Amino acid sequence: MNVFTEIGRYILFMRYVFKRPERGRVFWNMLVREMNLMGVDSLVVVILIAIITGAVTTVQTASQLAYDSGILPPSLFPMAIVGSVVGSSSVLELAPTITCLVLAGKIGANIASEIGNMRVSEQIDAYEVMGINSISFVSLPKILAGIIVIPCLIIISNFLLIFGGLLAAKLTGIMTLDEYVTGLRSSFLPLYAKVLMVKGVVFSFIITSLACFQGYYTQGGALEVGEAGTSAVTKICVFILLFDLIIAKLLL
Amino acid sequence: MIQLVDLNKYFEEKHVLKNINASFLPGVTNLVIGASGGGKSVMVKTMVGLESPSSGQVLFEGQDYHNLEYEQQQILRREIGMLFQGTALFDSLTVEQNVEFPLLMFSNMNKEERMERVNLCLSRVNLVNANNKTPAEISGGMKKRVGIARAIALNIKYLFCDEPNSGLDPLTSRVIDALLHDITKEFGITTIINSHDMKTVKDIGEHIVFVHQGQKWWEGNKDDLAEAQKSNPELDAFVKASF
Repeated sequence: MNVFTEIGRYILFMRYVFKRPERGRVFWNMLVREMNLMGVDSLVVVILIAIITGAVTTVQTASQLAYDSGILPPSLFPMAIVGSVVGSSSVLELAPTITCLVLAGKIGANIASEIGNMRVSEQIDAYEVMGINSISFVSLPKILAGIIVIPCLIIISNFLLIFGGLLAAKLTGIMTLDEYVTGLRSSFLPLYAKVLMVKGVVFSFIITSLACFQGYYTQGGALEVGEAGTSAVTKICVFILLFDLIIAKLLL
Repeated sequence: MIQLVDLNKYFEEKHVLKNINASFLPGVTNLVIGASGGGKSVMVKTMVGLESPSSGQVLFEGQDYHNLEYEQQQILRREIGMLFQGTALFDSLTVEQNVEFPLLMFSNMNKEERMERVNLCLSRVNLVNANNKTPAEISGGMKKRVGIARAIALNIKYLFCDEPNSGLDPLTSRVIDALLHDITKEFGITTIINSHDMKTVKDIGEHIVFVHQGQKWWEGNKDDLAEAQKSNPELDAFVKASF
C-alpha cells in the first residue's frame, strides 16, 4: 500500500471519527475512563523522565561551558547561561517533544494494541452490526482524552524539568540557585508558552489519532496486533519530529 | 423476510459468491451449510453489512440494505442481532454490562428497567449467577449464551449466528441449538445460522441452503436431505464427511 493510499484512508477515517456520539452519557463515561488511563497512569513515568532530563541537561550544559575549547576562555561565560539554556530548551523542546515521544510508546502502543485486539476478536464488527459508528465510538473518546490530558502532562513535565535542573544545580554545586533562577528569567519569552501549547495539542492529536487508525485497520491475529502497536509508535515518533520542525519554523 | 437477489462477491480476482438467490422466512431456523472456505461466512457477513456485495441485492422486507443511506442502515442494524463465531463479547465489560450495552445505547429504559430486561434475557438463555463475571471468567458455552442474550436484548427482527457450535462439546452444542430454535419460534424472528455441524442440521434445519464453491448448490429442509444426497454427490460427500 503506497503512502498516498494510506493518507487517503487516514483522512476518511478521521471523517468518521468526528461524528456526534450516539449516547452522550456513554461517551462521557468513556472519556473520563480514558482521561484517567492516560493521565493518572502516565504521571509517574512523566515525573521521573522530566526530573532526570532536567538534571542531565543542567549538568551537561554546565560541563560544556566549563570546557576550554580554545576559542573563548570559559571565564567569559556566566553560569546563569545554564539556567537560560535549561529554561528555554525545556519549554521549547524537552517538555513537549521528549514527553510526547515517551507517551507515544506508552499511550500510542496501548491504544493501537487495544483497538487491534478488538478488531481481531470481532468486537468492532459487533459494534457495526449493532448500528454503532465503530470508528467514532472507539476513537473519539481516546482522541479527545489525549488532547485534554497530554498537554496537562506536558505542562507538569515542563515545571519538573526546570525543577530537575535546579535540583542538580543545588546537589552538585556547579552554580548557585540565584544564578540558575536569573538565567531562567532572562531567557523566558511569552511566545515560548504558546509554542509549548501548540506542540502539546498537535502532538497529542498525532499520538492518539495515528494509534487509533493503526489499531482499527489491524488484520490477522495476535502477531498483527503486536505489529500494529510497533508500527503505530514508529509512525507517531516520525510525525512528532516532523511537526516539531514545522511548528518551530512557523512560530519562532 | 430476508432475500438475496443475484448476489455476487469478488475479492480482487476471486469470485467468492456466485449469483446467489435465496429467501429466509421469519419464525423458521434457516441454516446455511457448507465446507470451510465455501463462501458461507462471506454470505452472512454480506447480509449483515460487514462486507459489500460486488453486485446483487440483500433485501430486508423489500428494502435494499446496501443501497440505503448510512443513517438508515444504522437504524436497520438495530433490528439485527448477531452471534459471532468467537462470541465478540466486550472483554472490558461484565456479563451483565455486555447484555445491557445495546439497551444503554438504543433504548430509553432507566437503570431498573434495563436490569430487568438483562436478567430476563440471561434467564432465557439459562444463565444465572454470572452477572458480575467477565468474559475471561466464563466457559465457551456460557460465552455463547451471553452472546445470544446480548443479541436478543433489544427486540430484534433478525438473528445471525456464525458457527454457534464451534469450540463447544456435543452436549453444549445441542443446548445452544435448542435455544436458538426456541428463540426463533418464541419471538418470530428471522434466524440465519451458519454451520457445518450436521447434528444441528438434523435437529433444527427447517430451511437449509447448501453453499458449495460459492454457489447455492441445494436448498430444502432436513427431511428432504437424505433424498437429495442420492442425486447430489457434493451434498452427499459433505454430509458423509461430517459424521
